[in-house]
Amino acid sequence: MNQKYLIPLTAVFLLFLVAYTGVEGAGLQWFFGIVFPYVAILAFLAGFVYKVLGWASSAVPFRIPTTCGQQKSLPWIKQNTIDNPDTSTGVFLRMVLEIFLFRSLFRNTKAAFNRNASNRLSYSWEIFLWVGALAFHYSFLVVLLRHFRFFTSPVPSCIKFLEYIDGIVQLGLPGIFLSGVVLLAATLFLLARRIFDAKVTYISQAADYFPLFLIIGIAATGLSMRYFTKVDIVGIKTLTMGLVTFSPTIPEGVSGLFYGHVFLVSILFAYFPASKLMHLGGIFLSPTRNMANNTRAKRHVNPWNYDVKTHTYEEYEDHFREKMIEAGLPVDKKE
Amino acid sequence: MNKNYIITGLVIFVLTVLSPFWFNMITTTQAAPEPELVGKAKTEKKCVLGKYEMRANHMSLLDEWRDSVVRNADRMYTAANGNSFNMSLSTGENSCLGCHEDKAKFCDSCHTYASVNPYCWECHTNPKEIK
Repeated sequence: MNQKYLIPLTAVFLLFLVAYTGVEGAGLQWFFGIVFPYVAILAFLAGFVYKVLGWASSAVPFRIPTTCGQQKSLPWIKQNTIDNPDTSTGVFLRMVLEIFLFRSLFRNTKAAFNRNASNRLSYSWEIFLWVGALAFHYSFLVVLLRHFRFFTSPVPSCIKFLEYIDGIVQLGLPGIFLSGVVLLAATLFLLARRIFDAKVTYISQAADYFPLFLIIGIAATGLSMRYFTKVDIVGIKTLTMGLVTFSPTIPEGVSGLFYGHVFLVSILFAYFPASKLMHLGGIFLSPTRNMANNTRAKRHVNPWNYDVKTHTYEEYEDHFREKMIEAGLPVDKKE
Repeated sequence: MNKNYIITGLVIFVLTVLSPFWFNMITTTQAAPEPELVGKAKTEKKCVLGKYEMRANHMSLLDEWRDSVVRNADRMYTAANGNSFNMSLSTGENSCLGCHEDKAKFCDSCHTYASVNPYCWECHTNPKEIK
């Protein structure tokens, strides 16, 4: 047992129980359904803007692109324009591929000893982190977008289309949404990786486990509401519509499970700017990815440079010309 | 230069996050449907399950009914309150739509509001539409 994951796990359980008992026992629907979601969204936006502005104001004195291909060189040497871009178009393409396909994660390798007699340390390509990350991020995106049906009325046709595609496997009633299942499976895989791979366990902190448990908790409560315990959807939609039209109401007959779900989501939003989840904003500012590799082709002046008092060779010669001629040293201008 | 890009991106991000708020300001928002008992249901006052239980759980109940009718030919459902009902969505007086006569109000208003698209009506028909 490892306290680095036991403490976040307990924390997520307790947070859920706080909301559940707060609603079921103390009748605090207004707090968990109205006050805290508003506070969370404000904290999320303020924290996010603060963090990004902080990053934006830090100096970037020189270019530090990481390169994974041939640099622009002599005309007969073929350049890798995406992996080693020297133009902003190339950088843009590299960023698009990075953001939408996690290209640098695709290159993930693992180090392990060979299992044969040689027992050599060798590096091999490890694709499952990339697969898990891609499955997790995209299913989370689809789940997030699907939730717009609770915040719009009438629901836009693009959201309905997304629901149609997501529910294309007509299993059970209410029909299964693939994204929800993939989301839970992918988070559980990413968690299992942290717990069972000794090398990853070694570098995992509570701050790595907490968001995972939080998202697992959100997915589990969401799936349970939709498929198992069931909730009054119309009642819930009056609450969420009330939130986004600034006329909040608390519907009757909605169980504590829903408030637990909303509370965990609110915690995720409020916690977001203070956590590693800020890679949502940070990926756009990754200095090794978003700069063209033209350090030598273009002159980059250090923005920190102040006016250095220089003494050029011409000035030096003017200064010492007579002494130089006397000593027999060569001079540029003989006067 | 770079800072301007960052500020632009940040503004777009904040607007995206706040989209549920401004989207409802610039479009007309449809209010929640007010469920209303009409016709026979108004006088009958006995349903299969309680009000909130029914709202949350009716799809599972219908799913169980379908299996029960199709696989076991068992068509009678005795509810917890002692009343028995014909396990049918749309056939006869003792079915769902036999009592709740107006499909548009009884089914569609909430389904449309919650963006739920049940496939019941791919096989069943609204008895009102046949006449």
